[in-house]
Amino acid sequence: MTPTELPPFLIFYLAAFALLLSRGWLRHAVLLLTPLVGFLNLLGTVHGMHWQITIFDYGLTPYRVDSLSLFFGYLFHLAAFIGIIYALHVRDTMQQVAALLYAGSALGAVFAGDLISLFVFWELLAVTSVFLIWARRTPQALAAGMRYLIIQITSGVLLLGGALFQVHHTGSIAFDYIGLTGVGSWLIFIAFGIKCAFPFVHNWLTDAYPEATPTGTVFLSAFTTKVAVYALARGFAGTEILVFIGALMTCFPIFYAVIENDLRRVLAYSMINQLGFMVCGIGIGTELALNGAISHAFNDVIFKGLLMMAMGAVLYRTGKINGSELGGLYKSMPKTTAFCLVGAASISAFPLFSGFVSKSMVMVAALEQGHDWIWLALLFASAGVFHHAGIKIPFFAFYAHDSGIRVKEAPTNMLIAMGLSALLCILVGAYPWALYRLLPFPLDYTPFDASHIIAQLQLLFFSALAFVWLKLSNIYPPELPSTNIDAEWIYRRFAPSLVRILTFAIHTIDSKVRNAAITLTQKLTRIIYQFHGPEGILARTWTTGSVALIAMVLFALILSITVWL
Amino acid sequence: MNRHLFDNRLNIARLLRWFYLICAALLLLDFIYHRHITHQIEAILGFYGLYGFVSCVVLVLAAKALRKFIMRSQSYYDSD
Repeated sequence: MTPTELPPFLIFYLAAFALLLSRGWLRHAVLLLTPLVGFLNLLGTVHGMHWQITIFDYGLTPYRVDSLSLFFGYLFHLAAFIGIIYALHVRDTMQQVAALLYAGSALGAVFAGDLISLFVFWELLAVTSVFLIWARRTPQALAAGMRYLIIQITSGVLLLGGALFQVHHTGSIAFDYIGLTGVGSWLIFIAFGIKCAFPFVHNWLTDAYPEATPTGTVFLSAFTTKVAVYALARGFAGTEILVFIGALMTCFPIFYAVIENDLRRVLAYSMINQLGFMVCGIGIGTELALNGAISHAFNDVIFKGLLMMAMGAVLYRTGKINGSELGGLYKSMPKTTAFCLVGAASISAFPLFSGFVSKSMVMVAALEQGHDWIWLALLFASAGVFHHAGIKIPFFAFYAHDSGIRVKEAPTNMLIAMGLSALLCILVGAYPWALYRLLPFPLDYTPFDASHIIAQLQLLFFSALAFVWLKLSNIYPPELPSTNIDAEWIYRRFAPSLVRILTFAIHTIDSKVRNAAITLTQKLTRIIYQFHGPEGILARTWTTGSVALIAMVLFALILSITVWL
Repeated sequence: MNRHLFDNRLNIARLLRWFYLICAALLLLDFIYHRHITHQIEAILGFYGLYGFVSCVVLVLAAKALRKFIMRSQSYYDSD
């Protein structure tokens, strides 16, 4: 193993260890240098399997480099670098170590060439990231983190089970195209689906991410779900069911996002919506669709990260994150506001901002493959995402009615991180070719043609017009302090109450059976007592004569029966 | 106390006026410029504008109605 073949995860793990031994400016240096060193290391690698270990006759390949893994490798280094700058003011060893280990695990997962290595990093992702939630140190965060951990570990266990089936079935542990062909592949598919927040198994995301620390959520939003997108792209590209799952994911969360009060939870719902576009693209499976899905993953990490950072800065400064309590912050946090607007324009796919090209690729691919209804659903979701993430987030946090809150602008390191992301949103948006050269497939797509730009602008401006009209005519639902129940209700309310009802029923039946048995025993005892008790007929002392008489009668009886037979 | 951009109601009115103007211009563009299309439905004049507007109104009204079924008090899960 030459130095250029150092697996990326190892650099992050070693750095996490080095953090424990350092403090002050040295620790800052370690934090900032880690992704830079990792990135340089990555630039030096060539495609191929770089590292092989044999365990129990199975050759593990924990470091496989190809264009797909490399793309996500670059992305994760970038995300880690931005996240680290954003969190540089944090004085919490637990969070810093967890963040590096978490980023390292994400890198480990995308470079894993076999299912067993993938499983190991899959679980490490869960275990390291939960500390970013627990680091908030509130009872809610503790509980949400525990639920998050249980669900994430379940996903890992399913992956391991699926991998074992798959190995038995194919004889190989390599992680390549899997496709839905048997029990093992389905288990792996569900494991990926949980981490990718498929409908009904999505609530770990909307439950836990908003409970994490302001900086923790920025890391969380970058890695876990994108590892799942990567895994789906490698294992299940062109699997048709993903088209429908993806379309559903783009549509249902936006209804929740419109009425959700916690603005970071709005972003969590919005994240599922964006993941939907990627999942849909992977399901369509053409080169254009896959390129679209993967580049959208890149863009989402940057613009969703930017929006999370802006909301994190608001939470950090004001201590509040509910839309109903915020407003008017553009007066005291103008720079954060400006960066947030860039993020909002990008997620809404405004032309010249980063979401535009990648989202269009998926939608054009859907049309080309004859998925007309899916295309209409994606178009609906595009209008919807502008509505809740593009308008609602900046509007209720920074404009709307003035909440009277006056705070300082976000700390410099946060502003630098947000500025860097905003710059990337505009760079990738205006000059997409630099990024798209890194994509796994050759790209034959004209990003900026007049028809497309006009269509998108019409869609967005008239969506905004709808917002203006609904708001001015007071039809728009106000932000209300509330909890909106979702699929999580099944395991947080329904299942527990079902268990309670069942326990009650079992308890009732059990006590009835016991009571009946006791009454029966008491009755029997009473009868036996009647005959055998001190006054009972069978307990009396009989005379020898009467006993002999009884014996004789019995003898005669038996004798006569025997003779008669 | 500093007066900020939108403290002046005139600025809001000005912003909205520009906004309406752009909307109108985008709609009119459909009559002048012929977008090349992939799907028949795109040929409808003002399709994208209409679809965006209707989508968002439906989205908001549906979400508002959804509140009746799914909205609980903020402390709903607190007993967990």
